[in-house]
Amino acid sequence: MSREKTKGMSIIVKTITRLTVGLVLLYGIYIVLHGHVSPGGGFAGGVIITLSFVHLVLAYGKDTALKKLSKARASFLENMGAILFLSIALLGFMGGYFFSNFIPKGEPFHLFSAGIIPISNIAISLKVGAGLFSIFVALVLLKLKPTSEKKK
Amino acid sequence: MMDISYIIPLFVAVPLAGAFLIALLGKSIKKFPDVMGVLITLILCILSVKSVLIHNTYGILTYSAGGWNPPVGIGMVLDGLAVFMLVTVNVLAFCVAVYSVDYMEKFTAKWKFYTLFLLMLTGMNGVVITGDIFNLFVFLEIAAVASYALVAFGTEKHEIEAAFKYAIMSTVGSLFILLGIVFLYSYTSTLNMADIANVIMLQGKGNIILLVSVLFLMGFGLKAALVPFHAWLPDAHPSAPAPISAMLSGVLIKSLGVYTICRIFFNVFGINPAISSTLMFLGVLSMLVGVVLAIGQWDFKRLLAYHSISQIGYVILGIGLGTPLGIMGGFFHLFNHSVFKSLLFLNSGAVEYATGTRDLQKMGGLKEKMPLTYSTNLVASMSIAGIPPFNGFWSKLIIIIAAVEAGKFGYAFCAVLASILTLASFMKVMKYAYFGDLREKWKAVKEVPFFMKLSMVMLSLICLVGGILVFGDILQGFLGSAQEALSRGTEYAFTVLQGIK
Repeated sequence: MSREKTKGMSIIVKTITRLTVGLVLLYGIYIVLHGHVSPGGGFAGGVIITLSFVHLVLAYGKDTALKKLSKARASFLENMGAILFLSIALLGFMGGYFFSNFIPKGEPFHLFSAGIIPISNIAISLKVGAGLFSIFVALVLLKLKPTSEKKK
Repeated sequence: MMDISYIIPLFVAVPLAGAFLIALLGKSIKKFPDVMGVLITLILCILSVKSVLIHNTYGILTYSAGGWNPPVGIGMVLDGLAVFMLVTVNVLAFCVAVYSVDYMEKFTAKWKFYTLFLLMLTGMNGVVITGDIFNLFVFLEIAAVASYALVAFGTEKHEIEAAFKYAIMSTVGSLFILLGIVFLYSYTSTLNMADIANVIMLQGKGNIILLVSVLFLMGFGLKAALVPFHAWLPDAHPSAPAPISAMLSGVLIKSLGVYTICRIFFNVFGINPAISSTLMFLGVLSMLVGVVLAIGQWDFKRLLAYHSISQIGYVILGIGLGTPLGIMGGFFHLFNHSVFKSLLFLNSGAVEYATGTRDLQKMGGLKEKMPLTYSTNLVASMSIAGIPPFNGFWSKLIIIIAAVEAGKFGYAFCAVLASILTLASFMKVMKYAYFGDLREKWKAVKEVPFFMKLSMVMLSLICLVGGILVFGDILQGFLGSAQEALSRGTEYAFTVLQGIK
């Protein structure tokens, strides 16, 4: 804890972050899971999930956030998201058409309904969330080459 | 319903699956990216050849993604033009993937290369196969974004600069295309290309179609590197690694630029004399400006990049003529150009691999040390310059005959002139790179590894066979159906919409 104090922002920001980061993450998950019955969906939810991690980077510094979700794991999740989405499409392909709905559609406006759409939303949220986090981390970790020092 | 059209979505699904599998497993398993890269492109190659046979027996095929019929859902269309482009793209991609096995050894992170390469291939196949104009835009962006990253793959300073320039200019082009699609959608209230053509036929061509035509001509013209919009190409193509230069010059500018121009202006809007003469003028302008700029270059790959602009001019001239012979000549030249220009870029890559330089003035006498690169380069140079037995001669001849038949004597003369200047600049390449005395510092130069040789030999064989192909029935089946698809013009809408029902 003592090491963490030296990194990141002031104690006020850290305390508030500690309280809100879980809520942001939960809200992101809610948006993803209710994508097919209310506004939102995989893309928006994925972005909100990533924002909770970006929040951590801003308040506590990059080391704490990378301990929770490392670069390699983010890259793995991103690829899994893409492959999951493609597998849904290919499973539909086996049953007739590319992307055809092979799960019973259920009753409208219920959480378990709309066939493959909720699963696709989860796949998209993985892809978008992990992808956005990777981009953010890449920008944070980017080290400028000596050419920038010459200008000083 | 599981009929023969199941083949259509595979052109997108297979490379996409390959790309993400490589990204997932390529880091831990050493040979996995190489094996997967070659295997996926081989599968696509076989599928594309199979699609030729399928198209010959069944005619135009359509596919509705998700079982939702267009115009509600996304439709995919496999017609003569799409089949022709698929064969061109996937055969080239296979040769380039084989070449990359050895060439990319000197770069780190091969798995990143193959992932981006297959994503670019996904984009190109998607552009060709889709029947939906917004879907076309999405695939176009997939291919373009992957190519920005690939141009910067070496991460040297000038490569990143070139990639940045390319990204900015290409994005401006995409913006024009998107704006055109927005206007088109507001006018026709549909995004399916066949349906758009139908609605335009019913509502008549308003002034908005004129505006959209100009926007598309700018956007797709920028992707195809026609002359007023060509400034990104001479930087971007030489900076990429050689296999990617081959893909960019060979197929990317064609599937993103030329194919889309053909599809939209011929099949969706219906060709008219104004568009036709604009296309011909831009084609001849690119042809002459490209070759004049090329002749003074000393950087091997930059010279080839300027020649791409010039050769695209021939293709656009042929297609712009609008006569069946002209269109056929244009497509034949499109195929030939993708073969010999890729071969030339792979040759330049081989020279760079062996000697480490792209400056023609520093080379010399490489004929003795690299006999295979020399002979394949000779084949490709003679093809591009239009020396008789090779494929380039026949396609240029067809275009020139078509221009004379259409009464465009000035344009025919320009085509001959550009061809002579091309010959001159490739004589320069051969003289400075391969003939002359061997320099002291190139004494230890060795011929390139096996897979690079294999790929170059395959492409030069296609160059030779392409020249013979002109006399056979294959030409009729392969190019003829592509030409028919364009010549039928807006009947496309009728056939596709009938295929859906």
